[in-house]
Order: sequence, then C-alpha cells, then structure tokens
Amino acid sequence: MSPTLALFALQAHEPGHLSDGGVLAEFAWLIPLVPLVLMVAIVFVGKRLPYKGWELAEAAMLFVAVYGVTLLIMNASGGIYHEGSVEIARIGAYTIEWGWVVDGLSIMMYSVVGVVGLAVFTYSKGYMKGDVRYTWFFAAFTLFAGAMLVLVSAANMIQLLVGWELVGLASYLLIGHYWEDHSNNAAAIKAFFTNKIADVGLVIGIIIIGVTVGSFRFNDVLTAVFDGDSALAQVAFWAGLALFIGAMGKSAQFPFHVWLPDAMAGPTPVSSLMHAATMVTAGVYLLGRMFPFYQSDVFAADVKTIIIVIGAITLFAMGLIALVQDDIKKVLAYSTLSQLGYMTVAMGAGAYTAGLFHLFTHAFFKGLLFLAAGSVIHAVHSNNMSDMGGLRKPMPWTYKTFLVGSLALAGIFPLAGFWSKDEILASISYDAGHGGGTIASVVLWIAIAGAFVTAFYMARAVYLTFFGEYKGHAHPHESPKIMTYPLIGLAALSIVAGFVNVPGVYTGFTEWLAARPFSMGDHHAESINFALAAIGLLVALAGIAAGTRLWRKDAATQAERDRFRIPVLYPVLEHKYYIDDLYRVALVDPIRGPVARFVNWTNTYVIDAVVNAFGGLSMVLAKGVYRGVDQRGIDLAINAVAGATGEAGEALRHTTTGRVQQYAGALFAGAVLLVLGLLIFT
Amino acid sequence: MLVTQFLILGALLFSIGIYGVLVRRNAVLVLLSIELMLAAVNINLVAFGAFLQDTMLGGQAFALFVITIAAAEVGIGLAIVVLIFRNRSSANVDELDLMRW
Amino acid sequence: MDVGAWIDWTLDWLSNAQNVLFIVVALAMVAAAFRVVTSPNVVHAALMLVVALGGSAVLFLMLGAEFVAWALVLVYIGAVVVLFLFGIMITRAPTGRDPVRLDHKRRWPAALVAFATFVTLASVSVAAFEDAVIEGQVTRTDELGELLFTRYVIPFEAVSFVLLAALIGGIVLARKDPE
Repeated sequence: MSPTLALFALQAHEPGHLSDGGVLAEFAWLIPLVPLVLMVAIVFVGKRLPYKGWELAEAAMLFVAVYGVTLLIMNASGGIYHEGSVEIARIGAYTIEWGWVVDGLSIMMYSVVGVVGLAVFTYSKGYMKGDVRYTWFFAAFTLFAGAMLVLVSAANMIQLLVGWELVGLASYLLIGHYWEDHSNNAAAIKAFFTNKIADVGLVIGIIIIGVTVGSFRFNDVLTAVFDGDSALAQVAFWAGLALFIGAMGKSAQFPFHVWLPDAMAGPTPVSSLMHAATMVTAGVYLLGRMFPFYQSDVFAADVKTIIIVIGAITLFAMGLIALVQDDIKKVLAYSTLSQLGYMTVAMGAGAYTAGLFHLFTHAFFKGLLFLAAGSVIHAVHSNNMSDMGGLRKPMPWTYKTFLVGSLALAGIFPLAGFWSKDEILASISYDAGHGGGTIASVVLWIAIAGAFVTAFYMARAVYLTFFGEYKGHAHPHESPKIMTYPLIGLAALSIVAGFVNVPGVYTGFTEWLAARPFSMGDHHAESINFALAAIGLLVALAGIAAGTRLWRKDAATQAERDRFRIPVLYPVLEHKYYIDDLYRVALVDPIRGPVARFVNWTNTYVIDAVVNAFGGLSMVLAKGVYRGVDQRGIDLAINAVAGATGEAGEALRHTTTGRVQQYAGALFAGAVLLVLGLLIFT
Repeated sequence: MLVTQFLILGALLFSIGIYGVLVRRNAVLVLLSIELMLAAVNINLVAFGAFLQDTMLGGQAFALFVITIAAAEVGIGLAIVVLIFRNRSSANVDELDLMRW
Repeated sequence: MDVGAWIDWTLDWLSNAQNVLFIVVALAMVAAAFRVVTSPNVVHAALMLVVALGGSAVLFLMLGAEFVAWALVLVYIGAVVVLFLFGIMITRAPTGRDPVRLDHKRRWPAALVAFATFVTLASVSVAAFEDAVIEGQVTRTDELGELLFTRYVIPFEAVSFVLLAALIGGIVLARKDPE
C-alpha cells in the first residue's frame, strides 16, 4: 500500500471539519416542502393544466434533483453539516420539532431521490398516458416524493416517523392505483398492514430511546451514545431491536417481506421508484442514521447479529424464488428483496459505507431495470415472460438498457454493482475476522452464493424476454423517446456510479457519507480486496454461463423451459416457502372470520344494545312523563279547574231567574242577616 | 204612649209589606205592598219626631217628603205596569223574566 | 219574667185612653194590612190599603202631626189609591174575583223573611227604647210650613223636580205610540 493511498485512507476516517453549507443548507427545508406544496397544487388545479399536472410533478423532481446534486457537489468539495429546527409543540418535557438535516447521508439520499425520481417521472409521462387517473397518479407520486424527503431530512425521530407513515400512505395509494381490480386493493392493504405491524416496533424503539435520552433528536441520541450514557445503554438492545423490526417492515426483510412482491400490482413507475430505489431503502437509511448506536459495543451491537442473520436469510431465500417466477416484475421484486438483504447484511456487519453504497448503486440499476421492464410490458401488454421472447430486435434500446442493468446487478466489472457488492463482501470478510465470528463467515459464503443466484436469474430473465421467438399476440415496438431517454440516463449512471468509491483509488463516496458530526466507526478498506473481487466476479460469470446454457437455446418453447422443474424445490419456491399461506391461515383468516364476526356481534349486541337501551329508556321515560304526568296529572288539574269554574257558573246562573220578586226576597233576607250579624258580633 | 208601641206597629206593617212584595203575582198588588211599607216608614218617622220633640220637626218634614215620593213612584210604577200590560196583556210579574239566564 | 208584673204593666198601660185608641186603631191597621197582602180580590186589596192608611192618619193625629195626617189622607187615600184603582182597571178585563192565582205557590220563604225582619226590627226597637214615653204635643202647621221653606227648602225643591219628572215620565210611558 503506497503512502499516498494510506493518506487518502486516513483522511477518509476523520469526521472532518465540516462547513456550514451556507444558504443552500439553510433553505434545505424547501427540499421536502416543494414536492408537498406542488402535490396540493396538482390536486386542485392539475386537471386544468395542459399536461394534466405532470408538469408540476416534473418541476418538483427537477427542483429536488438540482438542489440535491448541487448539495452533493458542495459536499464533495468540503463536507457539509447543517441542522436546522423549528419548534412546533411541547408535550410535557418533550419538544416536537420540524428539523432538516444537511449532512453526508441526507445529501446522498436527496440526490438519489431527486435523480431517480426525475428519470421515473419523465418516463411516467409516456407510460401513464391515457390512464384513467393520470392527474391523481402524479399527485400521489409527488406526495410520495415529498414524504420520502421528509423522512430523509428528518432531524428527529418523530419527524422520521411522520415521513415513514406518509410514504406508507403514498405506497398504499399507488399500489392500489388500479383499484377497479380487487386483487390490487388486497395488495395495497397487505403492504400497508405488514408495514403497520412492523411499525409497532419502530414506535416502541423511538419512544424508548426518546424517553431515556430526553430528546427525540438524532443528534442528542448519538451524543448520548458517544458520551456513554448508561441509562440508554441499559435499554439499547431492546430499543435497537425494536427499531430494526421497524426497518424490517419498510425494507421488506424476512419475515416481513411478503408485501413487496404483491406490491407489483401498482404501475411500473411506482415499482421502480418506490419499491426498488427509494422507499424500501428507508429501513437501511434508518440503520445508517442510527449507525453509532449499533456500532458501539456498550449499546446495541448485539442486535447486529440478528440483523446480519435476517439479511442473509432474505438475501438467499428470496433470490431463489426469483428463479421460478414467470412475471417479469416479480423477478425484479424478489431481486430487490435479495439486494435489500445485501444492504441489511452490510449494516449488520458494521459496514456503514458499504451498505449505503450498495443502496446508492442499486437505486440506479434496479430503477432502470423496472423502467425497462415497464417498457416491455407497455409494448406486449402482459407482465408474463411466457408472453414475451425475441424482443431485442423490435425494442433495441430497451434491450440494451435492460442488459446494462442486469449486468450491473449481477456485479460484472466495471459496472456499478460490481464495486458495491465487492465492498459488501469485503466488509463481511473483515467483520468475520474482527468480532463477527462464525456467523459472519457463514454469511459471507451465503452472500457469495447469492451473487451466483443473482446472475443466474437475471440471465434467465434476459433470455426469456429478449431472445428466442415472440410468443405473445401484440405488436411490440420500441417505446417513445420520453420513455427511452430516462432508461439511457439511468443506464449511464449504472455504468459510472461505481467509480465514486474505489477503495485505494478514489473514495469520494466514503468521504461524502462521513460528513456527519460523529465518526461512524466503520472500517474502510484501504485497497481493493482482489481475492474477494475475483471470487465475486467469477461466481457472477458462472451464473450467467449457467443461465445461458439453460435458457439461451431453450427459450423457444414453454415446455422446454419447464424441463428444469426440480420436483420438491420448485413447488416450494413457487409457493414462496408457503409463508403467505401460513400468514393467511394463522393470521388473516382467524381475524377475518371469527374475530371479525365476534367484534361485529359485540358491536351490534353489546355496544349498540347499550346505546339503544339508553335511547329506548329515554323514549319510555318520555312517553311515561307525557302520558302520566302531563296528560293525566297537569292537564287533568288544569282541565279540572276549568271544568269546576264552568260547573260553578252553570250552577250559579240559575239564580238569575229574571224575577224581581226573588231578587227582592234575596235582598231583604240579606239585609236581615247583615243586621243580625252586626248585632251579634258587635 | 210609648215609643215602642209605634215602632212595633211600624215593624209589623213593614214586615207584612215585605211579605206582600215577595208573594203577590200581580204587579199592581206588589206596588200596593210597597205603599204599605212606605206607610210603616212614615209611622216610624213621625213617632220619632214626636218622641224627640224636635224643634226642627225633622220627622214630620221627612214624612211629607216620603209621601210625595211615594206618590211619584206610584205614578211611574203604574205607567210601567200599564205599558207592560199593553205588550203582554197580562200583569203577571212571573212572566217578566227576560233577564233570566 | 213573671206574668203578674206584666199584666199589671199592661193594665196600667191600658188605663190611658190614648193607648186604648191606639190599640184599636193598630189592630184595625194590621188586619187591613194583612188583607192587603192575602186577599184574592185585587180591588179588595186596594180598599184595605185605604183602611190601613186611614188608621195611620189617626195615629198621626194622636201624635200631634196634624198636617202630615191630612196630607196623607189627601195624597195617599185621595190620589194614590184612586190611581191604583185606575191601574187595576186598565190592567185586567174582568173585575171581581181574579181567576188567575194572585200569590205564588211557595210562600213560606217570603213568610220567613218577613218574620225575620219583623223580629229583628221589633227586638232592636224594644231593646233600644224600652219605656220611653212620648209627650204628646200638637204641632203648629205654620211652624212646619215655615221650616219647610227655610230649613228644608232644598229637599222641597228637589222633591218638586221629582214630581215633575214623574209627571212627564208617566205621560211619556203610558201614552200610545205615535203612529
């Protein structure tokens, strides 16, 4: 290792003297705000605009992309750290704030969301043309973008939670975009519920940490970690585990992965941006944000074992399922799950930079792959690869970009995926030697095997889609420029994105990510681990070769494709390890059946009964009062008085006989009585 | 002569007059009974006048006035009775009950 | 009260000739009055009134009120009773016994009232005056006349107006309707 390289390595380690970022950082709260405001504008005026609201959405993403890349360039020339906060409310001793962080991690996320989002939005204009809910699509998509940016710009855990839930909402809205088909609704609900169950963990973790530290700000929590706060140390394991459970939900780790394949029911741009590039990476982002918490042995380092195991399971098991899928989007979905497993494994192995680097590159090539798949689907009007075949002639650009994306995903030198995957392998290997123990070593082998599987199924996908003869009934042709240009752009990024972090040569990305107030304490390789890189590349090439051997020639007929149906393994894979069935039998059916019926019964016969009883009682009381008291009592009294007066009058009028003699008689009698009275009583 | 004897006589005549007023059905007879009562009053007045040896002769003067008023009243009363008799061809006071209920 | 003293007192009272005359006249008057109110014959009733009024004139003479006595005879007996007889004549066709019943059927309430009145008045009188004696002296008519025109001139004039009103009223009431 030359001294120059060592110097680079040392520089990469230091937290650095971070600049404030100036005006751009001060106004960074605009980054989440602009999409949210434009979303409201789309909702209210979108339909009246010439492009039906697309222009506002595109403007939002353009703004974010330009701003994010500008900040990225600034960060590259000298690290930025800026945090701004505005207090919104107070609850007891806790303040609720709206904050925005401008540091290496957030800037990386802003750029990714902005650039990939820009590409996807541009592509969507062509893809969603003629859609029944065009304007609303862009409104919900812009909402998602705003929510994701809220999440990644969050300076405190409460705001993170707000962004987290909002992206969940946007995901629900967009997966269920074609809600006329009820299975899409079911998929949207499944995504939402699975996330919600995992979010219990997230909330518990946030509360534990926030209450123990006394503040919800990330900065304060990490300061407590660096100060060795003992109260936090006591709860750290459980809090860290709870946070990871939340991350598992959003990043679709086993066993919370079940929603992601079903989420493919949404439009392909949604699958690309949300369920490949950005939303699903939120869990990894959270682990990155809280990285010192997990890195420190005093705190939650024990959780890392769990993290790495879960990541490894996800990585390998999901990759296998991708082998038996006919739907091209499902292949890519399981591939995403597998890659998320890689990122999780990296985080579990203490590789802050490696995991986030893979997030960075994966966003580009997976986003690209989905868009290209969408292009194919748009042309053949079917998701299934058995309706495709031989499409490389009619759709050259789609073919080329898809190929680039697949090679990047498989980890072929010198495309982006090679660099990030190699870095992950190197980190796991380092961890195996420094504290990760046997588990890390096993995971390393699993990761290598996963690389083989990745290449294998991507080769299958490429051959079945673009080679052989066309099986379907449509007339495929290349997609319009508005769809192919984003593909080309993302393909270019997939090629060059890896060069920002070549260990030993140029580790700009590491420095960018390290622009945080604290040192992340992860290990940075001083140079390329040639051995592991070679192994990874060989394994990937082997996978491609195996795929070519199996599917290049036999792409022709369905029957021959099915020749490789291994008896026990394939049914299990096709049923996704029966996990969905397990969930359905154990959770969904009991709740939908007996529990729901019981609740309904309780509501109708207990709660409603009480309410109705009160109502009935009031009515009975009212009737009683009316009849008994008012009619019989009061009215009777009044009527009696009136009647008595009438009767008295009736009786007394008989004294007016009109006969004067009787009057005179009364007069005299009265006079006599008066005199007598006078005499007697005086 | 005692005053009392005149007073008792007056009271007796007055009472008989009351009886007559209340009992008689002919209007003229009622008027007649009223005359009787007035006569009794006269007796009382004059007796008291004589008893008190009033130099102002109040008793006798008022007795004169009573006589005069009685005469006037009889005149009007009988005129009314005649009128009633013309309308109804009967002097029965029981039939004069238009002011009844 | 013991009967003996009372008889003595009565005899003593009767020894006075005026009292004897009084008793005789009084009895006649009462009987006549009784006939006034109970007679079934209207004309008889009117004529009995004459007797009662005549008796009161005698009493007035005994009390020394000569002018009042003769005025009573003139006005009452001479004019009023005649007027009554005219009225009787006008208001019924047949004279003699009236076929229509002259008294009400139920007479006892009236009798009761009359009796009560009498008892009240009499007892009050007796209780007040017991043995007060009247000194008989004759009143000079010129004194009465002078008092009438000086002290009692206002009631005198008022009564004159009453007579005038009665006169006019009587004429107006009893005349035939101007067709």
